[in-house]
Amino acid sequence: MTSTLDAHLVVDRGTFSLDIDLHIAAGEVVALLGPNGAGKTTALRALAGLEALTAGYVSLDGADLDRPERRVWIPTEHRPVGVVFQDYLLFPHLSALDNVAFGPRRHGVDRRTARAQAAQWLARVGLTDHARRKPRQLSGGQAQRVALARALALHPKLLLLDEPLAALDARTRLETRAELQRHLTEHPGATLLVTHDPLDALVLADRLVIIEDGRVVQEGDATTITARPRTEYVAQLVGLNLYRGRADGTTVHLGDDGFTLTTTDRLDGDAFVAFRPAAVALHPEQPHGSPRNTWPATIAGIQRHGDNLRIQLTGPIPVAADITPAAAAHLHLALGQPVWAAVKATETRAYPA
Amino acid sequence: MPIALLLPATLGLLFLILPLAGLVIRAPWSTLPQRLTEPGVLTALRLSLQCATLATLLCLVLGVPLAWLLARVQFTGRRFVRALVTVPLVLPPVVGGVALLLVFGRNGLVGSWLDDTFGFTLPFTTTGVVVAEAFVAMPFLIIAVEGALRGADTRYEEAAATLGAGRWTTFTHVTLPLVAPGIAAGAVLCWARALGEFGATITFAGNYPGTTQTMPLAVYLALENDLDAAIVLSLILLVVSVAILAALRDRWIGST
Repeated sequence: MTSTLDAHLVVDRGTFSLDIDLHIAAGEVVALLGPNGAGKTTALRALAGLEALTAGYVSLDGADLDRPERRVWIPTEHRPVGVVFQDYLLFPHLSALDNVAFGPRRHGVDRRTARAQAAQWLARVGLTDHARRKPRQLSGGQAQRVALARALALHPKLLLLDEPLAALDARTRLETRAELQRHLTEHPGATLLVTHDPLDALVLADRLVIIEDGRVVQEGDATTITARPRTEYVAQLVGLNLYRGRADGTTVHLGDDGFTLTTTDRLDGDAFVAFRPAAVALHPEQPHGSPRNTWPATIAGIQRHGDNLRIQLTGPIPVAADITPAAAAHLHLALGQPVWAAVKATETRAYPA
Repeated sequence: MPIALLLPATLGLLFLILPLAGLVIRAPWSTLPQRLTEPGVLTALRLSLQCATLATLLCLVLGVPLAWLLARVQFTGRRFVRALVTVPLVLPPVVGGVALLLVFGRNGLVGSWLDDTFGFTLPFTTTGVVVAEAFVAMPFLIIAVEGALRGADTRYEEAAATLGAGRWTTFTHVTLPLVAPGIAAGAVLCWARALGEFGATITFAGNYPGTTQTMPLAVYLALENDLDAAIVLSLILLVVSVAILAALRDRWIGST
């Protein structure tokens, strides 16, 4: 596979360092996912040329854009890279139409043609009626679409989206996400989507790259990542309890104090075990019977979680458990109360670490 | 409301308003139309408006880039340069006039070179008036524009770069429009200051009717032999100032 984008981003800023590999094929949408401060925005800025690399390289269709070791540096304005910024940064003094026409104008297209192209792009994002409006007269969703049209109007080889839906309210986000997905599918170049929202990543991207503290911690398609998280952060993103231990057949030893979980996957050596919070059952007494993992735990937190309650448990392992309000009422749950937690072996998944 | 505050507040207000009211009350209203059309008055007014406008243009051409430099470029001694720029703001204008004379005068550092090379003299010419006014008024523009530039979001400039705009295009197409309100406000302040300029002008450019005698100078001269003429001239300046204030009302005075 020949990548459109081939990059090894190294940015060293004393207290923080970013060091990640990124490869994106033409037409592919990759989500760069990570917690705040992981280096997502730094990576995006380095690709756009708004920040220089300390080492490594950025190469697009075989042409170097930044390679400090060979003193190659193409400034932002000469890179075939489009950016949709988090708060869109539409020029407030220009109409929606002139915002979109801005790029073509800077690339030598005459005013009339640039405006005609801009009008076509606004039509594609369904904003023909809003062409003359100033950015302050646009809603958040409309501004996002103008920003997308503005970036796409230059047919960038690489499109960068910085938290494109973060500034929208939940309802607008749903519609805009669906529309964004359509435009990203049509975009022939490579796309990098920077986000901290796992839903955006899962819906919009073909592949996920997850970074923490400036390093890639996991990479793959949505199915793999949701099924087999490899860090606490990823497990939280996909809503799983995750533990690391040593597998010995269907038994996984967690920690040093002899606590074990029984699974149905046979493994040997370092392993992860994951299970859903809804797979955890709580009992006032130690349960007996079917093959289960059971252990005594203490309730450390109770929160609303959708229609259910999410119970945080301490004990030999920290666990999140989702139970129905009815079950909670039956148990008379209270903070600090001791309970028994149980997880069926068939509900757990073990995989090599 | 405590009387200890209300009393001085009222006195303060009267103190500011009374002289202006006096100007209006004492104005020779009956002869006003013909006094306004006297050639001397019109000449001084035209010269004042022309010089203040030219000085403002000069300040814009030199001051906006300087404000940009102070706001956007990191260099050693920036704080010092910023302090230097504001010196004319606190300097007595007469001192400014003397300083200008020493540098741009016929025997001055730059003046003698200008005279030898181009046969061009600044002092006691209309151009000299413009230079004196610009010297005194430029800090007003620079401070306003620098503040606007510092307040402007530089990420718009980054967005422009990602759309293919170079540094200069970004400056003209994005930065300038973004800070346009600040530039306009600075230019109006600058123009008003230039219009009222007296000390530096009379020192550097003299007081020749038709070439260097601006309104404030004419007022001063008229005061010696024709009080009514002085009042009329002052009234005109008052009207112009109030008009400026009205134009800026929404920007500053109304923003409580």
